[in-house]
Amino acid sequence: MTDKILEVQGLKKSYNGFVAVNGISFHVNRAEIFGFLGPNGAGKTTTINMLIGMAKISEGRIFYKGKDLTDNIKKAQEIIGVVPDESNLYNEMNGFDNLCFCGALYGLSKPGREEKAHRLLELFGLKDAAGKKFMAYSKGMKRKLTIAAALIHEPEILFLDEPTTGIDVASVRQIRNLIKELNENGTTIFLTTHYIEEAERLCNRVAFIDKGEIIQIDSVEQLIKASRETNIIEIHFEPVNNDKTRLLEKLNEKFPGIECVFKNDSAIKIVSANKIDIAPVVNYLSAEGLFIYEARLIKPSLEDAFVKATGIEIDLMKKEKEKK
Amino acid sequence: MKSAIAFWNILLKDMKNYYLKPPNISWGIIFPFAWMLMMFLRTKTAFNIEEVFPGIVGMSILFGTTSMLSVTITFERKARSFERLLLAPISIELLITAKIAGAILFGIFNSIVPVLFSVLYFKAIVANWAVLIIGIILLSIISTLLGLFISVSAKEVFEAQTYSNFFRFPMIFLCGLFIPVSALPLIIRPLSYVLPVTYGVDALHHAISENGFLPLSIDLTILVVSCFLLFFISIYNIRRKWII
Repeated sequence: MTDKILEVQGLKKSYNGFVAVNGISFHVNRAEIFGFLGPNGAGKTTTINMLIGMAKISEGRIFYKGKDLTDNIKKAQEIIGVVPDESNLYNEMNGFDNLCFCGALYGLSKPGREEKAHRLLELFGLKDAAGKKFMAYSKGMKRKLTIAAALIHEPEILFLDEPTTGIDVASVRQIRNLIKELNENGTTIFLTTHYIEEAERLCNRVAFIDKGEIIQIDSVEQLIKASRETNIIEIHFEPVNNDKTRLLEKLNEKFPGIECVFKNDSAIKIVSANKIDIAPVVNYLSAEGLFIYEARLIKPSLEDAFVKATGIEIDLMKKEKEKK
Repeated sequence: MKSAIAFWNILLKDMKNYYLKPPNISWGIIFPFAWMLMMFLRTKTAFNIEEVFPGIVGMSILFGTTSMLSVTITFERKARSFERLLLAPISIELLITAKIAGAILFGIFNSIVPVLFSVLYFKAIVANWAVLIIGIILLSIISTLLGLFISVSAKEVFEAQTYSNFFRFPMIFLCGLFIPVSALPLIIRPLSYVLPVTYGVDALHHAISENGFLPLSIDLTILVVSCFLLFFISIYNIRRKWII
């Protein structure tokens, strides 16, 4: 049996002359958590839609468990579970009935689906809300039930599209733990998220996608390792109203060996290939009227690898996603 | 077996969630009753029940099925729950058959009230019960498929309702529901012949008064062919428009 549960070769999607996904190739190993990261409009959801049979493929091949199912994705749907970015269960049905109905769509017998529905409600901490209508659920509960519904037929690969966007912190933690647990029990996870720290914490391997193309693909450790050669220091100060662009220009001009970017209103990130002599920079910023209270060496993270590979600032990506 | 379980549960879910809701059941009773009452008040006397019977049955089926199916499918698409059905490992043909089965049954239910009312209260005489049942079933199927055809084009629920009315109201006059096709001006008669509901209503005329304007075999053949045509055109459109 092959180790690759999913393999994609030269996948392309174009409509009306616009290329949304441009001949990407990658594979997902059995029982791994594979992260698919990119900004809005990068082609993440289009790729997922092609993989699950919700979008037609312009070019390329899709293999599930070594079999070419490009022209028969319906066959692959038996082993696929899908959690879309928005909950899509039936508002007028209660939690238990929703799960049972989803089980029936996969041909599970009545006792079989009822037993599984009870088990999943227990696992997801929704037992007490089993009889409540889906429309009365909180956002976090809705998301959990949507994941449970995708698991009712015990899929071999679970596609999770932004599973923790827009829900409360407690539910986020619970869902992340559940994803880990599911993976430990052998379910392969295909995860798209714009929370890089989520991908860093959960994923084994990650692909960065931008403008329909895969920029980089590797294990999380390898991606971070590649960023380790750079030195990063963050300088924190009281929020300022200064002209940020001008300040950055002046900094980059004065200290040519380093690259400075504003992380937010109260922090500047300094990146350099060499060790950074921080004192002159701090003195300069103080002279510019900034009240500096912290400067710290940053351990490169997946976020840095992502920024390095795509040139996209994470904060900007998050804001775009939240606006959406 | 797996497909049968999926089919049955989609049908059951639609029946519970949409068709067996009190407002829809009452619609199935009140609507035909109101039409009969209107006829009665207009003539102010006991009207010829055999004449209006096919029209009222046809109207009840047409109005019940077209709006229900197009609205429920558009509603599910809007709420994205329809995606869940498309993601199931069942063919689109089976999925759509399950979806239309509920509306067909609802159409048949809608016809029961006017049939019972006409036969029991107005003492209408049905010349051929078998043809009546076949006619009601085929008319329910064709009306439901018109609803499906509409729902493929609609993105919003209000659009589905508007498109349904755009199709239905002209049909009242064009399909021989209350005005015989033979009494229509020659210039608009070809339109009547294009609309499959015309043949369903004609089949009902055969069943009740053995007074259709076309031979029954032609009515039934055209209805069956139209059902298949509409079904496959809708499936083609679903594949083209919903799985882009």
